[in-house]
Amino acid sequence: MTNEPLLDVRELDVFIGESHILQNVSFAVREGGITGLLGRNGVGKTTTLRGILGLVRRTGSVRLAGEELTRLPVHEVVRRGVGYVPEDRDVFAGLTVAENLRLAERGSAPPRYDLVYELFPELRERAAQKAGTLSGGQQQMVSLARALLVPDNRILLIDEPTKGLSPLYVKNVADALQRAAMVATILLVEQNFGVASRLVGDAIVLDQGRVVFRGTIATLSADPELARQHLGLATAGHA
Amino acid sequence: MSTIALLVITGLALGALYFLIASGLSLIWGLMRVLNFAHGAFFTVASYCAFIAAAALPAGGPWLHFLFAVAVGVGVGGVFAALTEVVLVRPLYERHVGQVLVTVGLALATTALVQGGFGADPRQLELPVWLTGTTTIFAAIPNSRLLTIAAAALVLVLLRFFLQRTRYGLIVRAGVENRAMVSALGIDVQRAFTLVFAIGGMAAGLAGVLAGAYYGTIDPFRGTAMLLFAFIVVVIGGLGSVTGSAVAAVIVGLLQQFLNFYAAAGTGDFAVVVLLAVVLLRRPGGLFGSAT
Repeated sequence: MTNEPLLDVRELDVFIGESHILQNVSFAVREGGITGLLGRNGVGKTTTLRGILGLVRRTGSVRLAGEELTRLPVHEVVRRGVGYVPEDRDVFAGLTVAENLRLAERGSAPPRYDLVYELFPELRERAAQKAGTLSGGQQQMVSLARALLVPDNRILLIDEPTKGLSPLYVKNVADALQRAAMVATILLVEQNFGVASRLVGDAIVLDQGRVVFRGTIATLSADPELARQHLGLATAGHA
Repeated sequence: MSTIALLVITGLALGALYFLIASGLSLIWGLMRVLNFAHGAFFTVASYCAFIAAAALPAGGPWLHFLFAVAVGVGVGGVFAALTEVVLVRPLYERHVGQVLVTVGLALATTALVQGGFGADPRQLELPVWLTGTTTIFAAIPNSRLLTIAAAALVLVLLRFFLQRTRYGLIVRAGVENRAMVSALGIDVQRAFTLVFAIGGMAAGLAGVLAGAYYGTIDPFRGTAMLLFAFIVVVIGGLGSVTGSAVAAVIVGLLQQFLNFYAAAGTGDFAVVVLLAVVLLRRPGGLFGSAT
């Protein structure tokens, strides 16, 4: 057993054009469970995930189990065990559900189709359907399934998985995340505080591109002023 | 009837040549967002290398020489294209102006070098007797047209097989939609770039050899001239769509042949440009492409 965090982000800076989006962002994610990356709209949560992967130019350090990732191209970062579920799902609309999943297969271990179809039985039924014709909730299932399929993924970066979904799908996705946390560590960006408070153990709060809170979700929920100031919640603990 | 049959087959054969060039261009643009103005250079270099290599073959009959020319043309086109991607295009990804300049420069330099080395005049080719003859299908159809159509149809089938049935094909189709997300799935999309360039170059090289049989000659400028119509085919068919390129190539080839025959010479070329304008206005993504 080691105290080294699974993911260690140090002094991450991202500029997009003239804007300094992330400013000296540092945090660590422990192995196991779900860590929440929280904050109001536009504070840099999505950019943080993209910065970890290298989808945006960044400076600073990103270590996964002690290995520096910032010099690696995106596909090599992912191959080190970083799964990504983007905010807009980004399914390949012209490919079938089965092809979307097949594309995600990698590594030496067999893909976890059993787990994926247990969590999202609908995907098996819709395997031959073009992903672009699915509803938003079904596309989210495909996007999550692509990350869960790969046993080599040690951490999943999941960006607003419940955004724009109907209440039924929000529950399905939340249940799936809970189950997914049993097979991989999750760094979750989630605007729905109700969902976040149910799933998340540790929390990191960003405000204007800076980390303003590191602690547990329980601590955050218990501090109404902090929740109001950085998450925009009228009363902490309520979505 | 015989005139129409001849025009149809000749139009299809011309479309087949356009398709062989356009399919690679379309995939390169669709996957990599690179406007490859050097594609005509692959055609030209491959055709010269192919027929020079075939002429240097010490033994064998005309068919062996021609098949050797096809193999050399395809190989040279593929290698030239892959080298172009690795050496010239790769350092300029996301720098679109730079890509245009370097590919235009390569096209101009290649044409000038070929012209300097072999002269500007068309070179007559030694072809198998069958290829210079005709077959009667309602009319006396030049066999070179039939061969060109058959070869393009085979390439279409192979390309569709590659795209639909292989993992790299899957990567290319996904990359055409969202390249960044392909990388975010842990896939080295750079390899797919080189592969797509090589496949495009192979098809262009085949077009270079078949155009030699179609016209009976090769010259340094045909690649550039055909590239213009191939670009039109790509836009009409839909950027990134091989099937779209095939359909558009047939439309463009037939339109050119019929109008150039029944109306004044050059009307067909003009009509193709008008068609391009109509498609851009009414369906900007092309017949088989997305609207973006």
